[in-house]
Amino acid sequence: MGKIIELDHVDVLYGQFLAVEDVSLTIEPQTVTAFIGPSGCGKSTLLRTINRMHEVIPGARVKGDIRLDGLNLYGDEVDPVAVRRDVGMVFQRPNPFPTMSIRDNVLAGYKLNNDRNSKSEQDDIVESSLKSAHLWKEVKNRLDKPGGGLSGGQQQRLCIARAIAVRPRVLLMDEPTSALDPISTQAIEDLVSQLKNDYTIVIVTHNMQQAARVSDRTAFFNIAGEGEPGKLIEFDDTSVIFSNPTQKNTEDYISGRFG
Amino acid sequence: MTTIHGRATSLTKGIVLTLFISGMTISFFISAVTRGDGEIVPLGIFALGMVVFGLLVVPASWLVEGRRKAINRTMTGLVFSAFGFALIPLVSLVWTVVTLGLARFDGQFFGSSMRNIVGAGGGALHAVIGTLEITLIAAVISIPIGLLTSVYLVEYGRGRFSNWVTTMVDVMTGIPSIVAGLFAFAMFSLFFGPGVRMGVAGAVALSVLMIPVVVRSSEEMLRLVPNELREASLALGVPKWLTIVRVVIPTAIGGLVTGIMIAIARVIGETAPLLIVAGFTQSMNYNPFSERMMTLPVFVYNSYSSQGTDAQAYIDRAWAGALTLIVIVMALNLGARIVSRVFRPAGNH
Repeated sequence: MGKIIELDHVDVLYGQFLAVEDVSLTIEPQTVTAFIGPSGCGKSTLLRTINRMHEVIPGARVKGDIRLDGLNLYGDEVDPVAVRRDVGMVFQRPNPFPTMSIRDNVLAGYKLNNDRNSKSEQDDIVESSLKSAHLWKEVKNRLDKPGGGLSGGQQQRLCIARAIAVRPRVLLMDEPTSALDPISTQAIEDLVSQLKNDYTIVIVTHNMQQAARVSDRTAFFNIAGEGEPGKLIEFDDTSVIFSNPTQKNTEDYISGRFG
Repeated sequence: MTTIHGRATSLTKGIVLTLFISGMTISFFISAVTRGDGEIVPLGIFALGMVVFGLLVVPASWLVEGRRKAINRTMTGLVFSAFGFALIPLVSLVWTVVTLGLARFDGQFFGSSMRNIVGAGGGALHAVIGTLEITLIAAVISIPIGLLTSVYLVEYGRGRFSNWVTTMVDVMTGIPSIVAGLFAFAMFSLFFGPGVRMGVAGAVALSVLMIPVVVRSSEEMLRLVPNELREASLALGVPKWLTIVRVVIPTAIGGLVTGIMIAIARVIGETAPLLIVAGFTQSMNYNPFSERMMTLPVFVYNSYSSQGTDAQAYIDRAWAGALTLIVIVMALNLGARIVSRVFRPAGNH
């Protein structure tokens, strides 16, 4: 089941450069939270701090606390590899492993870690993950074919299946549909609405209609200017953000006056 | 004229063919008149014919098709001629080695050594074995060191130390092979006393030459692996070292193998360092850890430089040795092609 995520005065830095400043927000379990805002406002950066993928980039650091069900992800005893098994991620561009079959792609989280499951366990994981990702019907007869042969939308759903196969509690999505056509986007959005029954989902998107369609809560980020840190401007129920925002800045962005 | 159609007329294939035939004919008559001895050199006539053909077709194109297409034809011609020129030495070399080498490319050549042979007969089995053993040992030393260095540079290296390693690899690439040979000789002399000769010392000298080539080529190949694949793996909770072993290297394996094969081909023909540290002998020596060991390049050099009573027999053996070396290198290249095709990531075509 999903977990509650609490960000407490989080700063994100690349070396000396402050990318995101002082963000505090609470993401409830089994909800979809959308991060919106103009390019460069740090929403993807902030997203990547939630599963410690941020620190893969040399020089990147985080100040403040991020808690997952009360456990501080940045505590000394916490292993980033373990965090990433609890908090899955789907990227902007579909990135199935080109050397693996569809089946092995779904099982990648186990196989790459040398976890040995029995054949029937593996079959169950493949089938349930692909069904959850709405991909089972399309690929069940060609599970041994390479994942790179699928269409872009199918590849992205394969990546979602791969992410949920390791049974995470939280699913982070970094502009998951920005490289996809409208039909595939629709499929992914439907999928997000269903997945929130089991996972806590955070989705970064540039598409405000998408944020309005899929999310329960929306966080709006903005930057004051070039070289300035990104800040959380407003965080509220999606219906409130899109109908009656309290900040002028948010209203301007929602109504398309900038960004 | 300012229409977007430009000139519709162009040289038909028939006209181009006619010009080509006239070019060749003119060239034939020019060479017949100037040489006087009546001898016909087909390659020369063809080359001159292509020049004449070029001189005919460019003005014709200018008149009929206009300036842009004439320039296009000139440039196309230049590019193809450059390719042709580059090919001449290669074709000539292969032709010479094959025709002269086939004389002794026989069972005896691959079935016997030169022990107690003066004059005709004998073979290069001892040199083939020596080359294969020394190159194999060199590969066993160089591939792990080179591959791990490139993994360090691509996946871990940051800052000063990594820049320093890159510079050192560049410097190593430029080491003259004779210096590598002297290095190995000096090092083995320290342990085994002066005047040491053994196959493994040759292998060490070859690895000094081979390591930088392996590092450079594998570095290129590892950098080609998209970062998205590393992130996908890390985001699944896979540790970094497993990501490298299970995702990065398998994705790049085709290119890595090709690079290694090319590095082997690069050192298998080295003569100078082996002449110093592996020495030369007429007898079979299967043990790379003791005594002198013959190798193919040294065999070729030695057959040619110290010809015995029957000089022609020595020269024939030298050519056959050269042919054997070329066949081995070609086989390695072919193997690399096949391997990279087999390992190519499927589904993206």
